[in-house]
Parts: sequence; C-alpha cells; structure tokens
Amino acid sequence: MFRMFTRLADVVAYGWLGLDPATRSAAAVHFFVEDVTKIFALLVTVIFVMGLFRSMLSPERVRVYLEGRSRWAAYVMAVVLGAVTPFCSCSSVPLFIGFVEAGIPVGATMAFLITSPMVNEVAVVLLFALLGWKLTVLYVATGLVVGIAGGALIDTLRLERWVEEYVWKIRVGAVDLPGQRPTVAIRIRYAWGQVREILDRIWAYVLVGIGLGAVLHGYVPQDFFARYAGAANPLAVPLAVIAGVPMYSNASGVIPVAEALLGKGVPVGTVLALMMSVVALSLPEMIILRKVLTVRMLAFFAGYLAVSFVAVGYLFNAIQL
Amino acid sequence: MKEFKVLGPGCRSCQLTAEMVQREADRLGVEVVVEKVTDMVEIMRYGVMRTPGVVLDGTLVHTGGVPHVRTVREWLKSD
Repeated sequence: MFRMFTRLADVVAYGWLGLDPATRSAAAVHFFVEDVTKIFALLVTVIFVMGLFRSMLSPERVRVYLEGRSRWAAYVMAVVLGAVTPFCSCSSVPLFIGFVEAGIPVGATMAFLITSPMVNEVAVVLLFALLGWKLTVLYVATGLVVGIAGGALIDTLRLERWVEEYVWKIRVGAVDLPGQRPTVAIRIRYAWGQVREILDRIWAYVLVGIGLGAVLHGYVPQDFFARYAGAANPLAVPLAVIAGVPMYSNASGVIPVAEALLGKGVPVGTVLALMMSVVALSLPEMIILRKVLTVRMLAFFAGYLAVSFVAVGYLFNAIQL
Repeated sequence: MKEFKVLGPGCRSCQLTAEMVQREADRLGVEVVVEKVTDMVEIMRYGVMRTPGVVLDGTLVHTGGVPHVRTVREWLKSD
C-alpha cells in the first residue's frame, strides 16, 4: 500500500530531476518526497477518520469519567484517555484547572498531560507506517507507563502543594453546550475542521522533521552515528535526552528523524529517548503550565521526564530488539 | 446587536476564531461586538476546558477549536 509513495519518489528524484540514484542528493530528495507524500496522505486520512468518531469524546467528558475513581483506576484511565482525546497544548491550563477542580488527583491530571502529546493516533499511525509495529508498541507502552508512574509519584510525594494557590479557589461553571446527537453532516464538518486545524498547527514541524531526516539520510556517512552514538557509547542516551530539550516538535515531526537515525544504525533505545524528549520535554509547554504550577513543580516534572527517558533508552538498548 | 465572546488564552486558534466571527458578520451585515476573553478565571466560569470557546449573548455555544464557517453564519443569522 505504501509502495506507491516509493514509486512516486522514484519518478520525482530519478525521472523529473534526473538525479543519479547513487548520489547523496538523490538519496536525500528521494527520502523527502517519499516521506512528505506518505506522511501528509496518512495525516489527512487518520485525522479525518478519527474526527468522524470522536466528536463525542472531549476533555469535559473525560473529567466526568475520572471523577471519583479510585487512585490507580484514575491513573490508568487518565493515560488511556490522554492518548485518545483530541487536545492541544494551548488548552493545558483550562484542562488542568477543570480536572483539579473536579477533585481528580493532581497526579492523574499530570499523567494525562504527560501522555497526551506523546501518544496519540497520529503518532501511532506514523510510527507504524515508517518504523513498523514493534517500535510502535514499544513507544506506546513506554509512553503510558511513564505517564502512570509520573502521576503516581506526584501524588505519593504530595506535590499538590506545588500547584499555584489560586487554582484551588477557582469555581468552574457547569458546561451547558447543546447536547443534540450529531448528524452525519455535522460529524463530517467536524472531521474536516479537525484536519484543517491540526494540519495548520503541525505542518511546519512535519516538513522540518522530514527535511532533517532527508539530510541525515542522504549526507551523513553510514558509520558516523555508529561511531558516536552507537551502543558502545554509554553517554549517547543522556546526550540524546539533553539534545531533545531545546528541540520542540510534535510527535509527527520527530518520527521522520527517528526513521533516518535508525537507518544509520543508532540503537532503538537511544532513538526512543530522543523522540520522547523532543516531544514531551518542551519549553513552550512548561511556560504555558507555569500559569498553574510553581517553578518547583515544573522542575520536578522536567527532571522526572528526563530521568525516565534516560532509563527507557538504557533499557531498550540493553534488551536489543 | 449580537455580543460574542471568544474564550482563550490568546492562542492562534482563538485569534482565528475572533477574526472569522468579525469577518462573517461584516459580510452578512450583522452588527456584532467581538470581545476576546483571556482571563483564566473568567474562562473557567463557563466550564470551558478546550479553547477557544465561543459565547453568544451570554450562552456558551462552542468549545474546542476554530468553528466551521457555516456554524458561525448560523450563529449570526439566529434570532
């Protein structure tokens, strides 16, 4: 099914542009054309199809599901719902306040916020299409576990004291959106709206990610990463996590880079650590969350994520899949 | 005269929503006031957890994303 994109890239790179397949520029152009067409075709399809089904699932509803659950049930549900609920980081603050005000533990709320950007249907489909099912399962499972463990840790250490005072005083009004059943036409309209809105938000990250992947793929010598970021270098994993901090992208932008790195022989654990760090450890997200969390809580949050991503990296490098 | 409030902390989608309401109102010749509400306490009073939200004459009519053009026109034509 994906072969048509390879053929298209063959035609563009070797036919129209007349590049010699053995050259570096041909390899880069081929990678770029194949990934751009494949990824955007997948994005449009996936976001549209998901949009049809989930016009019903919203953070408002997640809040109702999570209210009054036992602690562990709340963590598990929070990460699963975090993975499937459409949500943009610009809504982090109202979501945080809304959850906490409903009596949902701060840890479960944070678990939702950790998992939501890392694991979502777009990331899953792209991972599956570009990197195969094994890595998809690994990535998703790790994302869920890191979210649950982070949430549990925050509650065990009673870190709710590191939430800004005013948050506890806010009273949230009841939502009184008209609750009629959506017709097919409304669902289609909603789904297209989602496609436009999500693409509008992420297209630049995706293009930069693919461009970077293409350069790595075409121009970086095959043994370069093996020498510096191979399994033999124990510093490669923490360095990958640190390198990911200033880089900020959504999951769809980082996956083509991961594809190129894996192709150059960088071990799976190191690549996973880099991906998660780029997606989940982001300065813009921290600045947004500063409105509801104290600097201490943000430092703890960033530290916890960094340590767990390093652990994930070492673990998967050690078991060598 | 219709009174719109766009609820959101000033993200791109909120901007687009406010612009769209104003533009469609001008096009249809409907008199409107579009106010952007960025204060979180105020936003939460409406129970909105996904921004942007849209309030029409005191009632929340939409949350979670830029509304469709046709939806905006329906709001403008409603009595």
